[in-house]
Amino acid sequence: MSKKPVEKKDPDTTGHEWDGIQEFNNPLPRWWVWVFYLTIVWGIWYTIAYPAWPLIKGATAGYLGYSTRAEVAEEIDRFKGMNSELEAQLASADLTTLTPGSDLHNYAIQSGRATFATWCSQCHGSGAAGNVGYPNLLDNDWLWGGSLEDIQMTVAYGIRSEDNDDTRYSEMPAFGDDYLSDEEIAQVVAYTMSLSPVTKDAADMSLVADGAVVFEDNCSSCHMEDGTGDRTQGAPNLTDAIWLFGEDKDTIAGIVSEGPYGVMPAWSGKLTDSQINAVSAYIHQLGGGE
Amino acid sequence: MWDYLKLVIFALITVLAAIAASYARDVAYQVHAILVVLIAAGLFVYTLRGVGGEKVVETGYMDGPIRVGAALTAFWGVVGFLVGTFIAFQLAFPELNFAWAEGYLNFGRLRPLHTSAVIFAFGGTALITSSFYVVQRTSGARLWGGNLAWFVFWGYQIVILLAATGYLLGATHGKEYAEPEWYTDLWLTIVWVAYLLVFLGTLMKRKEPHIYVANWFFLSFIITVAMLHVVNNLAVPVSIFGSKSVQLFAGVQDAMTQWWYGHNAVGFFLTAGFLGMMYYFVPKQAERPVFSYKLSIIHFWALIFLYIWAGPHHLHYTALPDWASTLGMVFSIVLWMPSWGGMINGLMTLSGAWDKLRTDPVIRMMVVSIGFYGMSTFEGPMMSIRAVNSLSHYTDWTIGHVHSGALGWNGMITFGMLYFLVPKLWNRAGLYSLKLVSWHFWLATIGIVLYAASMWVTGIMEGLMWREVDAQGFLVNSFADTVAAKFPMYVVRGLGGVLFLGGALIMCYNLWMTVKRAPAAEAAGDAAAAPAE
Repeated sequence: MSKKPVEKKDPDTTGHEWDGIQEFNNPLPRWWVWVFYLTIVWGIWYTIAYPAWPLIKGATAGYLGYSTRAEVAEEIDRFKGMNSELEAQLASADLTTLTPGSDLHNYAIQSGRATFATWCSQCHGSGAAGNVGYPNLLDNDWLWGGSLEDIQMTVAYGIRSEDNDDTRYSEMPAFGDDYLSDEEIAQVVAYTMSLSPVTKDAADMSLVADGAVVFEDNCSSCHMEDGTGDRTQGAPNLTDAIWLFGEDKDTIAGIVSEGPYGVMPAWSGKLTDSQINAVSAYIHQLGGGE
Repeated sequence: MWDYLKLVIFALITVLAAIAASYARDVAYQVHAILVVLIAAGLFVYTLRGVGGEKVVETGYMDGPIRVGAALTAFWGVVGFLVGTFIAFQLAFPELNFAWAEGYLNFGRLRPLHTSAVIFAFGGTALITSSFYVVQRTSGARLWGGNLAWFVFWGYQIVILLAATGYLLGATHGKEYAEPEWYTDLWLTIVWVAYLLVFLGTLMKRKEPHIYVANWFFLSFIITVAMLHVVNNLAVPVSIFGSKSVQLFAGVQDAMTQWWYGHNAVGFFLTAGFLGMMYYFVPKQAERPVFSYKLSIIHFWALIFLYIWAGPHHLHYTALPDWASTLGMVFSIVLWMPSWGGMINGLMTLSGAWDKLRTDPVIRMMVVSIGFYGMSTFEGPMMSIRAVNSLSHYTDWTIGHVHSGALGWNGMITFGMLYFLVPKLWNRAGLYSLKLVSWHFWLATIGIVLYAASMWVTGIMEGLMWREVDAQGFLVNSFADTVAAKFPMYVVRGLGGVLFLGGALIMCYNLWMTVKRAPAAEAAGDAAAAPAE
């Protein structure tokens, strides 16, 4: 527009004036009119080609037979058909016999990765590195076991899941309620901290000896006398460098006095058998599988 | 006599609202009832003090509500931009959802506060203010209905107050851009009918033989918004003493009604209404005639007819039947040229006055505004194409699109209007500082560019990440991956908001100083154009 030479003489106005505003009697710009017509013609064609006009019983279907639902269903069917054989094998596969590098193994890992991204990453993180209260799945520290079978069971039945009778269950008591005095809690926290390489230096050494007695009397039945934990009860190893809820004194004291109660949903019934197998195989090969 | 009637009405409202406050079933309702008590009691006292006083019959243009409106437009703009900038940073840094303010100042509560503050408080006040100004000037008549214009103006501010406090306290329909609860909706209906009466009344007693194009747009905006508002807010209150209500429509019918409303809130509130503004203030500021009367007529009717059908494009690939989705898309694309008619008329009005772009930053603002209007009315039809929408829908691209329209078009044309109006309303020879207008112009423009560009990038990126599947058809990314990937662009978007807000604050300072310091205009000016009453 700006390239047009500036007109010496203005075109006619309509002759009206409102508060000093006049209007030129310019015609409609030709390109504007033609593009407008073009979109109208295109629109008419498009409504004939695609489902568009509502009638008394249903709408016109369009001569192309297009449907958004059919389009999605077709795409899903294409992948389903392509994967059907592997999918059936995976549902009934014994995961321990999968050969790394085989088609079935690759399929299981890809399917497991997608399943994990969709359903598990909310708590365990999209890289599976976990979060406070949600275990890291990349390391070799496992609360309930890191074999394929253990992982599969955890995924299928969950941990302390209310809606599954086969769920893994254990409960650490809230020692602050009746069992231990604040003093004893401070002692046992000091002792516990002295067990782990990352908290050893921060432990109050004056309390450790008394704490060992408290630990022996109250904690060793689950966490074992040496503090290495018991996977059959989901009791964590306290001698390693990993702290699920935090490694500072107050957090540990809070855990002892209130008792943790971590819950993981049971995925059996929500995910298919093959998805549970796939996600188990995926987690197992992340680095810490046993 | 009228004074006594008013006293009775205010007393009655005070008592009823006090009763409602004591029976209130939820906090939002109670706070609102108390607000109504305070407002009605205040008006009662105010009226009482004025009883029997000498009534001065005012003639000439009624500029009182317009002066207050200009100030409040600037105020609401700053509030809306501030909340918007804050929630932009809340998305980038979730820690800003403070634990101590959970349930009041978290993103979910502030987001509708931001959208309503910008669209309805800033945009709505700008529209009422400018339409009152324009209809008087172009009709050569004082506003019809005496103090009814004041009722419209303050009544609308009460709607804003009830809506904003309601969002923070949890009173919401949960319908986008139609969040206020049933009693606020009813009150807005009353105010809006009064608005229509004032506007129509003024047009009816006009001195000019024809109705100016700006007024067609304002009138279509007022009428259509009334229709949209009433239908989309049909609901049954759970209790007369509670804020909760139940929608009349359900399922996909509700969704379709909502987006018929939502799309036409954009079409008639933010497009038609603001085109009305454009059609007056651009030729006035440029001091040039409107480019084409024919174009204004054709694009007006095409726009009005086509816009109302385009809503279904908000519901592509949902439970909405394909036929409705197709029609929504087709009408959206045919709408492209009618929308651009306004852009052509606005830009071409400047032909013969292009040199003013160099000297007048207010014109520059208006031109950029029309440019953004053209861009977003091209982007909109493009995004309504099903194939494009399958990528863009639910992504930040939509947010970017909305903001290039809202910040670029609605924001800039409103700033232009304020820069034009304030010296006129306070009888000043000109603005306090054109240099500050330039600063505002550049800050706002760069702010919008940062905003829109960052949202295009994140929008297209997350759309691609969501749909990415591997060779066996498995999704590649988790949702959290897409959120993490957007972080840098979220910071850029927030910075864009800071710039835009900074520009608006400069404008407020400039307008304030214009009123306080700028030299008075010479006596002639506006007075000559006053209606002959």
